[in-house]
Amino acid sequence: MALDIKNLKAYYQTLKGDVKALDGATFTVEDGEIMGLAGESGCGKSTLSNTMILLKPPLRYVEGEVSLDEEMVPVWDMKKMNKFRFRKISIIPQYAMNAMNPTRKIGKMISELLASRGVSYSKTKKELKRRLDLVELKHNVLDMYPIELSGGMKQRMVMVISTLMNPSLLIADEITSALDVSTQKAVAEMLVEFRDRGIVKSLIFVTHDISILYQIADSIMIMYAGKLVEKASTDIIIKNAKHPYTRLLISSLPDVGVKYTEKKLTGIPGKPPHLLNPPTGCRFRERCPVAYEKCLEEPPFLEVEEGHFVACWKEFEKNA
Amino acid sequence: MPAGRSLKKMLELDKVSKIYKTGAFGGKKLVAVNNVSFSLKDGEVASLIGESGSGKSTIGKMILKLISIDSGTIKYNGQDINNLKGNDLKEYYKDVQGVFQDPFSSYNPIFKADRIFRIIREEFFPEISSKEWYEKVEKALYDVGLNPGDVLNKFPHQLSGGQLQRFLIARALLLDVNFLVADEIISMLDASTRIDVLNLLAELKKRGLSVLFITHDLSLGYYISEKAIILYRGCVLESGITEKIFDNPLHPYTKMLMASVPRLDKKWEKVKLELKAKQAETENKCVYYDRCPYAKKDERCSNPEIVEAEEGHFVACCHYGEV
Repeated sequence: MALDIKNLKAYYQTLKGDVKALDGATFTVEDGEIMGLAGESGCGKSTLSNTMILLKPPLRYVEGEVSLDEEMVPVWDMKKMNKFRFRKISIIPQYAMNAMNPTRKIGKMISELLASRGVSYSKTKKELKRRLDLVELKHNVLDMYPIELSGGMKQRMVMVISTLMNPSLLIADEITSALDVSTQKAVAEMLVEFRDRGIVKSLIFVTHDISILYQIADSIMIMYAGKLVEKASTDIIIKNAKHPYTRLLISSLPDVGVKYTEKKLTGIPGKPPHLLNPPTGCRFRERCPVAYEKCLEEPPFLEVEEGHFVACWKEFEKNA
Repeated sequence: MPAGRSLKKMLELDKVSKIYKTGAFGGKKLVAVNNVSFSLKDGEVASLIGESGSGKSTIGKMILKLISIDSGTIKYNGQDINNLKGNDLKEYYKDVQGVFQDPFSSYNPIFKADRIFRIIREEFFPEISSKEWYEKVEKALYDVGLNPGDVLNKFPHQLSGGQLQRFLIARALLLDVNFLVADEIISMLDASTRIDVLNLLAELKKRGLSVLFITHDLSLGYYISEKAIILYRGCVLESGITEKIFDNPLHPYTKMLMASVPRLDKKWEKVKLELKAKQAETENKCVYYDRCPYAKKDERCSNPEIVEAEEGHFVACCHYGEV
């Protein structure tokens, strides 16, 4: 089991109190699994990825365990985490396009980065060039400044840098959101290739675009208001989801070939609760069409079928 | 592009170009929009689809007269908008308005969000009484699906992105606009709210509003529009009736786009994508020449004219029949 997370909680400290952005996440990601993580903005998906790699104030660790390859990851300790960052856990950040130092040539920047981890640049260079070929970048980009590259090229460059140490876990945070459809497809397929070649062991692909996940992910996990809602294999989530939120979310996506005159789609009325004082019980309760008294209690995140986890009382009732 | 003559054309672009000067002293030229022609009728929704840098926002801004036109004409109800000044321009803005991508930066954060309505009143309707005006604002807010009690008298940070975006549409409605330039208005919104804004546009269209829907998302474009215009590097490559373009793309670029759209009903086919960096302008060549898999190294790919391939479906490719 590559990644095993148990009851992980991380809150943002504000003057008014704690914002419970990640409130008890328990899940696993297998070796070689590409897990898609989806949800609306503010559902805690970026908080989850930040918690695993760079937990800095105002984000505060509350409780929970993270283990990677049977080794405990001290996410609460900035210093001890240095051992893991980049080598074991790596991230392609949301704004990868602006992630490179504009004042350094890319090759120079990489050599400084490697030196800070005690790795020799000249020894890594051969592998680096092989990786550049893999993402179809010319070798001379190493002598360029980031400004000379287009958005898609920068994205691919950051992909190469982030995965240079063959991390066990790679987190890709909304990396395709700012790209054109054609570049989006190329970048997404390259990540799959990275997995297939064993450059990264497992991958968490954070996005709000579920249709991309359908193309590349093995499993999808849906979050809502800081809680896990559902996790199952990609096909089950898209075609046979159990949680009402997942179903509403997927039915609100327009697809090519759907026209409002033929099939009018509907959104989800209401908006997510404020996480400063989240409501008790199920957090989707107020927007849920099938909510009932039981929903005043908090539903646990349980496995109802093999590999299919869901947090909904209605579902448990059916299976009881 | 010739359109049917039965309905009145309200907006007509004829060979419109925009050239930006770039480089340290403005020595280099960048053709952002190159001889673009299309027209829109009353109550029609057209999608302007293109990747970043294709000039789609530039076209929107030229229609709104936010930037000047370098050559060609834009006519609104038969009138050239380039010469509008003073009162005529004000009348034009009563008819034509825009809503932009980022609702958060469209507001001044130190004022309450409904200040945008007050400005409209001061500028365009100084004669209306307060009571009458308030009723008008209330009606516009109900029209866009907002509850006035919930949203009035609030600061921008107290409202959600979807609410702010609908505020801006309500503002356009207050002016009784006939034409709306919607520049990526839902790309910043969440999946659960974006469809509501789209449905709102569809609702308004029934009342005769025409919309130029600028987007890079093909599925959203298909959902709302009856006409689509595919733009690449400032040139129209394909245009016409939405279904025809999506079901039967003729231009190699459109075909590639259709194959790359992530869909929920089928997986990506293995198509080799061209990832070459954009090359410098090739003189007198088709704009898609350096990425086109069918381009032949002969004279045939020079400056293709846009032609009608089938009824209501236009394409600018030198060999659409063969590929």
